[in-house]
Amino acid sequence: MTSRLVVVGHGPAAHRLVEALRERDSAGRWRITVVGEEPRAAYDRVALTSYLTDDADLGYPPHDESVVVRTGERVTAIDRAAGVVRTDAGATLPYDALVLATGSVPFVPPVPGAEHAFVYRTIEDLDALRAAAAGADLTTSRPRAGVVVGGGLLGLEAARALQGLGLDTHVVEVAPWLMPRQLDEGGGAMLRRHIEALGMTVHTGVGLERVEPGGVRLAGDVVIDAGVVVFSAGIRPRDDLARAAGLPVGERGGIVVDDACRTEDPRVFAIGECALVGGMVYGLVGPCFTMAEVVADRLLGGEARFTGADLSTQLKLMGVDVASFGDPSADALDVIYTDPVAGIYKRLVVSDDAQTLLGGVLVGDASSYPALRAYVGAKLPGTPEQALFGGTEAAGGALPEATVICSCNNVTAGTIRAAIAEDGLTDVPAVKACTRAGTGCGSCVPLVKKILDAELTAAGVEVSKALCEHFDHSRAELFDIVRVRGIATFSQLIAEHGRGRGCDICKPVVASILASLGNGHILDGEQAGLQDTNDRFLANMQKNGTYSVVPRIPGGEITPERLIVIGEVAREFGLYTKITGGQRIDMFGARVEQLPEIWKRLIDAGFESGHAYGKALRTVKSCVGSTWCRYGVQDSVGLAIRLELRYRGLRAPHKIKSAVSGCARECAEAQSKDFGVIATERGWNLYLAGNGGMRPRHADLFAQDLDEDTLIRYIDRFLMFYVRTADRLQRTASWLENLDGGLDYLREVIVEDRLGICAELDAAMERHVAGYSDEWRAILEDPEKLRRFVSFVNAPGMPDPSIVFEPEREQIKPVMVEVTR
Amino acid sequence: MTETLAPAPAGTGTLNETRWTTVCDYDDLQPERGVCALVGDRQVAIFRTYDGALHALSGHDPFSGANVLAWGIVGTRDGLPTVASPMYKQVFDLTTGRCLDDPAVSVPVFRIRRAGRRVEVAES
Ligand code: SRM
Ligand SMILES: Cc1cc2nc3c(=O)[nH]c(=O)nc-3n(C[C@H](O)[C@H](O)[C@H](O)COP(=O)(O)OP(=O)(O)OC[C@H]3O[C@@H](n4cnc5c(N)ncnc54)[C@H](O)[C@@H]3O)c2cc1C
Ligand code: SF4
Ligand code: FES
Repeated sequence: MTSRLVVVGHGPAAHRLVEALRERDSAGRWRITVVGEEPRAAYDRVALTSYLTDDADLGYPPHDESVVVRTGERVTAIDRAAGVVRTDAGATLPYDALVLATGSVPFVPPVPGAEHAFVYRTIEDLDALRAAAAGADLTTSRPRAGVVVGGGLLGLEAARALQGLGLDTHVVEVAPWLMPRQLDEGGGAMLRRHIEALGMTVHTGVGLERVEPGGVRLAGDVVIDAGVVVFSAGIRPRDDLARAAGLPVGERGGIVVDDACRTEDPRVFAIGECALVGGMVYGLVGPCFTMAEVVADRLLGGEARFTGADLSTQLKLMGVDVASFGDPSADALDVIYTDPVAGIYKRLVVSDDAQTLLGGVLVGDASSYPALRAYVGAKLPGTPEQALFGGTEAAGGALPEATVICSCNNVTAGTIRAAIAEDGLTDVPAVKACTRAGTGCGSCVPLVKKILDAELTAAGVEVSKALCEHFDHSRAELFDIVRVRGIATFSQLIAEHGRGRGCDICKPVVASILASLGNGHILDGEQAGLQDTNDRFLANMQKNGTYSVVPRIPGGEITPERLIVIGEVAREFGLYTKITGGQRIDMFGARVEQLPEIWKRLIDAGFESGHAYGKALRTVKSCVGSTWCRYGVQDSVGLAIRLELRYRGLRAPHKIKSAVSGCARECAEAQSKDFGVIATERGWNLYLAGNGGMRPRHADLFAQDLDEDTLIRYIDRFLMFYVRTADRLQRTASWLENLDGGLDYLREVIVEDRLGICAELDAAMERHVAGYSDEWRAILEDPEKLRRFVSFVNAPGMPDPSIVFEPEREQIKPVMVEVTR
Repeated sequence: MTETLAPAPAGTGTLNETRWTTVCDYDDLQPERGVCALVGDRQVAIFRTYDGALHALSGHDPFSGANVLAWGIVGTRDGLPTVASPMYKQVFDLTTGRCLDDPAVSVPVFRIRRAGRRVEVAES
């Protein structure tokens, strides 16, 4: 015996209901008819904007042939007594069960001229908008501008889309800040800066008075000239049919249903955005899908209930990270972090015992959103502070089975893990196809990936990015943690974000991060114990335990007087001397206790540390350039010196080398350097990310004919971006090769400021330049540090008797003792 | 090896005679930053770990032949206190002298103790 189901509306909720029913109704109990007013079958409304930006095809897969879908037809009345609905095409459709899935309409504020405005809800709305935007300049003879009324999630999404159509875009929000439903004042202010950085104009705390053909008038006589006006000021549930049929509706709209999504009339259900369930109308697709699943179950005799839903959301705006999860307005403990420079605002709301996560908002950096959202209502794995800085990130593997990972589709961690194990899934697309997780708004994809990685790792596939056994983080993540939290010691970092006491891998990494961020001398206090072999005594250890000394010789240019000093020092201390491949002079064979005396002599003669020992700038080689060379077109020596002095002492994930050539003959081999510069008739060509060494790579041409200031600005940003984001011991060449988007992306970041971080990178480099001082001079001036330059703690002046030399070609060479194990 | 006993009882003479050499003040030792001391004619690397414990190993790095172990980075591996040779980075267990990267290799350990402010190393 078959029964007749009529579904009114064919949006995402209706589509999911039919899918779920067709999947489970193997006995064919229900014959389904869907009536949808739009000219096409259901499509993915969440992705609507991509229709505008990418001409995306949003259509869902069609239902099987047994389902009758009547598109372009509107239901005009429900006759409950007769058990039929009537349509504007004159049809009368009998039902045994009726599901209202009529969704909502955008709220249009009752202001004069509202009829000139557009809304942003359907494909037809977008077609109209696109046409209007194309004609915007013709109709007004004013600048091509657009106004979006409403600064919420959807309004901002629409505003960005208008910008994409080439309009100069304004956002008007009546509340005092943007996204007032999700953000507090601090978050709203931060978001505003990001939106403005994208080039939009934001008007907050001001109401709309009227819409005119050529623009809008705001309270206080503010007029914005604009060819296109879009309303995005909230939604209203479409409950008119139900109301006319005598079914109860809420005071502020919405068809009243119980937790089975049933109205007062047991044969009539309502699901999706038109339903008022538990006193709420849900404007997110996840709960709409859940309601659909509940009704499908009920129609087959099940007992499913709708028990509320996760209201986490993320703004889908390229380049602006905003997310809110759980209940950020809960009245409990707040943990707030703001970094005005980086434009980051984070707020977590936790229970009074600081253990359970209730909700929060993230602006400027939403990388921890998927993980945090999954923890809403659960006990945090660490302190709230750790959670704010990604401490839960690593927890992908440890999330409880019942945690909802994808709230759009209500998929739990357990379901995802089971699918991975049972179907042998190895990549995210397969997990999406198999579980539906990640197929809605997409914001849970990073977490899905994390779970996948954790499962694969457990199955023996290596995917970890953990630095070492002491930290689960990569170097770039640690860099951000240290920077954002202002951590100044290794002990604090490992206590709060790691375990154990570190090792020869993580300690030098942290030492380098602290040094990059300007935390004083590298041998200050605890930092001294973190330094790798060569940094420990600010000299390179040689095979017999002696050290080499390399003073800086910027650009390879040196006066005869200084050459003589080097000769004298080497003679006096009996050191082996050699001209290096980096255009300077190395003195070998010094013992620890000799280093300070040698450096005193060198510093008195005007030398300074050459950082041959550090993961830092080494040399900026140069050719002789236009001053002497008959082909030179620019002063390569002058520029090389300027660059070497600017970047000297900059600590980095690996060493940095540079060179400047005075013409295209390239005698300085600039194209084999991390950053190389070659003179042209009109300025300088900049090459990035080359190196010699084990795997040589030619540098890429990044920009041409630059003036010196622009050149330096680009190099500043390049270096600082590298310092922040590269892995441990990753030189610029492999860093760039691994950078998503490669050279083009790097150009966008450095030249176009796509990430909005250039001001910060510039400031960081200015701090470095201003904060530079000679590391070796600082040692000589500090008795406490000097005291450590001894071979033996209990015999300070005594040389290590095991160090022995023999002559070779009129200089010394080490005599190695037999290695006995 | 850590001992925080009082100095060995003097004049009892029945046990094997242990000669203790004072190497430095406890406060001269920075946590996790080793020093090298001459004990008789041996070079001994001395470490104070983060928890305040003392360890003494031969300073001779068996892999390079240079006396550099004292300059290595101190840390932990699987909870054991360690030092990594600054030359080729093999890691040694501070309590046993065992090389954790090459089980066939180990370096001698010395007894070390605190006597008041002073740190003493046993000569044999
Ligand atoms: C002294 C010098 C050789 C020489 O006598 O010419 C030298 C010596 C060392 N090089 Fe080099 N490199 C020297 C120029 C180079 C060059 C040529 C150049 O800079 O123009 C290269 C290839 C170019 C490049 O790096 O892109 C070079 C590629 C390396 C590499 C491989 C790097 C790579 O990315 O593959 C290492 C190993 C490492 O850093 O991990 C290395 C490492 C070393 C170390 C530091 C090894 C060590 O840890 O003990 C050597 C000891 C330096 C010392 O004791 O002072 N050295 N090294 C040169 C010092 C230049 C300077 O004045 O600072
Ligand atoms: C631009 C945009 C971006 C969004 N982004 C997100 C997001 O990132 N995350 C998120 O969770 N949600 C998002 N949403 C919200 C999400 O799209 C809605 O929650 C979802 O579409 C609701 O589904 P529904 O089926 O209940 O209603 P609707 O999608 O409104 O579908 C109802 C359908 O019923 C039809 N209808 C109504 N009355 C009748 C009638 N009498 N007869 C016949 N047909 C009728 C309507 O024409 C419509 O086609 C976004 C919405 C928009 C517009
Ligand atoms: S690069 Fe050009 S300018 Fe420089 S030395 Fe060579 S030929 Fe001369
Ligand atoms: S949460 Fe939106 S797709 Fe998973």
